[in-house]
Amino acid sequence: MGRYVARRLLLAIPVMIGASFLIFAMVYALPGDPIRALGGDRPLSPGVVAELRAQYNLNDPLVVQYGKYVGNLLQGDLGTDFRGRQVIDTISQRLPVTAQLTLVAILFEAVIGIIAGVLAGIRRNGFLDNLVLVSSTLIVSIPILVLAFVAQYVFGLQLGLFPISGLGEGWYSFLLPGLVLASGSLAYVARLTRTSVAENMRADYVRTARAKGLPNRTVVVRHTLRNSLIPVVTFIGADIGNLMGGAIVTESVFNLPGVGRAIFDSVRQQEGAVVVGIVTLMVFFFIFFNLVVDVLYAVLDPRIRYD
Amino acid sequence: MTDQQQADRRHDEVEAGTTTGLAAPSVDVTDARQNSLWSDAWRDLKRNRLFWIGAVLGVLFLLMATFPSVFARGADPRACNLANSKQKPSGEHWFGFDQQGCDYLANVVFGARNSLIIGALAVLVILVLGVIVGAVSGFFGGVIDSLLSRVTDIFYALPLVLGALVILRTGSLGRGVVAVAIALAAFGWMTAMRLVRSQVIAVKSSDYVAAARAMGASNGRILVRHILPNAVAPVLVYATITVGVLIAAEATLTFLGVGLQRPAISWGLQIDAGQSLLRTAPHLVFFPSIILTLTVMAFIMMGDALRDALDPRQRS
Repeated sequence: MGRYVARRLLLAIPVMIGASFLIFAMVYALPGDPIRALGGDRPLSPGVVAELRAQYNLNDPLVVQYGKYVGNLLQGDLGTDFRGRQVIDTISQRLPVTAQLTLVAILFEAVIGIIAGVLAGIRRNGFLDNLVLVSSTLIVSIPILVLAFVAQYVFGLQLGLFPISGLGEGWYSFLLPGLVLASGSLAYVARLTRTSVAENMRADYVRTARAKGLPNRTVVVRHTLRNSLIPVVTFIGADIGNLMGGAIVTESVFNLPGVGRAIFDSVRQQEGAVVVGIVTLMVFFFIFFNLVVDVLYAVLDPRIRYD
Repeated sequence: MTDQQQADRRHDEVEAGTTTGLAAPSVDVTDARQNSLWSDAWRDLKRNRLFWIGAVLGVLFLLMATFPSVFARGADPRACNLANSKQKPSGEHWFGFDQQGCDYLANVVFGARNSLIIGALAVLVILVLGVIVGAVSGFFGGVIDSLLSRVTDIFYALPLVLGALVILRTGSLGRGVVAVAIALAAFGWMTAMRLVRSQVIAVKSSDYVAAARAMGASNGRILVRHILPNAVAPVLVYATITVGVLIAAEATLTFLGVGLQRPAISWGLQIDAGQSLLRTAPHLVFFPSIILTLTVMAFIMMGDALRDALDPRQRS
């Protein structure tokens, strides 16, 4: 196990470097001159421009710039944006919002998805099963963009149940965007649970449990569910990284000041350091949660050995 | 008794030995069409209601993209009159008017073409990239495989919309239909690659590949004739669903302001323009949204049905 984790960590290093270089190179190619944009209507004097360009390493070739960036990164310095604000400050201000949103989404995904999946799986081809199958296809088909507006319109504007913009009401503000963000994964979790439960309901150990005369509830909850949830738990774990990086649209529509929103704004304003910093962090989370899940799989399912 | 049932009975009789293939010369039990994966799948598909819903919707939107003026009831999407601004739907103008007073049905209908072209084009690029990289990686293994797999991991770690957002913002691709399709493909090919790679690895060590090799077949021939046909079924399922996913992603990118631009007609642009009027004219967001959703749904339903039909483990 230890060796497996070590090998996975080593493999993650080139992926981290490659992904951050990829995003760095793309940001490097962003059009326009950010220094000139900084001056606004009044043109900056050539001396100031030269000074600023040197300060942000803008005269170096791409690879040298990237090298300097990684060098600083390893010392915990993510650089500053063109207004002199530390990127790390921006992140530490924005990340909690996205983290809360992701947490709410994961809770919806797990609770609703698993309950729906179990109800569908224990009676295959029953009414609930068909309901879950059809509704999950429908939900998966609705683009997040569309779902966000429908939710805003119906629950926010028409029914007035939820706030539709900003963070004004604390945790309550996260409910609607969290549900929207979770929708696709929720449907997938329901299907995954359904398949898994339906398969295990036919397993020998379930028949044994029934033959011993155990009540239905015990058979489902204690015996079937525990085994069926292994793939579900791992999917949900890996989804944390996905959701954090995929919140751009949700955060834009619901006007939440999270990292997705920050990426969007900084791409628009050519704030390269902010984009690279946040995306690198997202990639890190993505790889980290995937690794955790892979290790978790081995802990949950002793049949799997990584050697 | 239908032809199919008759054929099935003859086949059963041949299997059971109550009659021989020779005695009934019209039945050739070795004929691949009799019980190939595809004919079985088609029999399954024909019975699947979701498949038909998806297929009918898909054909409908294909027709809409090809002959938009028919579906627009003759209205010109660019003939606008500000006097009609934000009018609600009516019997004469089914989808009402947008803020500029343009007939909204015409605008929404004309948006289908760009969405479908981008979806199809992006999937095509994804398939080409995925099949080539995946086949090379799986077939040759070793260092090549490790290298290509790491490159795939790198792209996989960047979310689709995020990567496409940045690359489109750089402007190096331009801002047209082709640019958006390429941007989507550039960050969307990894699943296809992994799919093909795993299929190739699974089939590579089979006996018939060894036999082909023993008979002196070249690497290229083995790949194209013996290994890749096995990957067709899962790749087809994946591609069908992905067309839908990419159409949604295009609308999202356009909505975020990095995809198609005016004067192009696109559902993403319509939703973007309508969002600030959600309180006063909700139909401006509603109609492009519902058509976009139905389009995405068409492909996802077809793909889902196809997967169920092609997966022999699901058969009872």
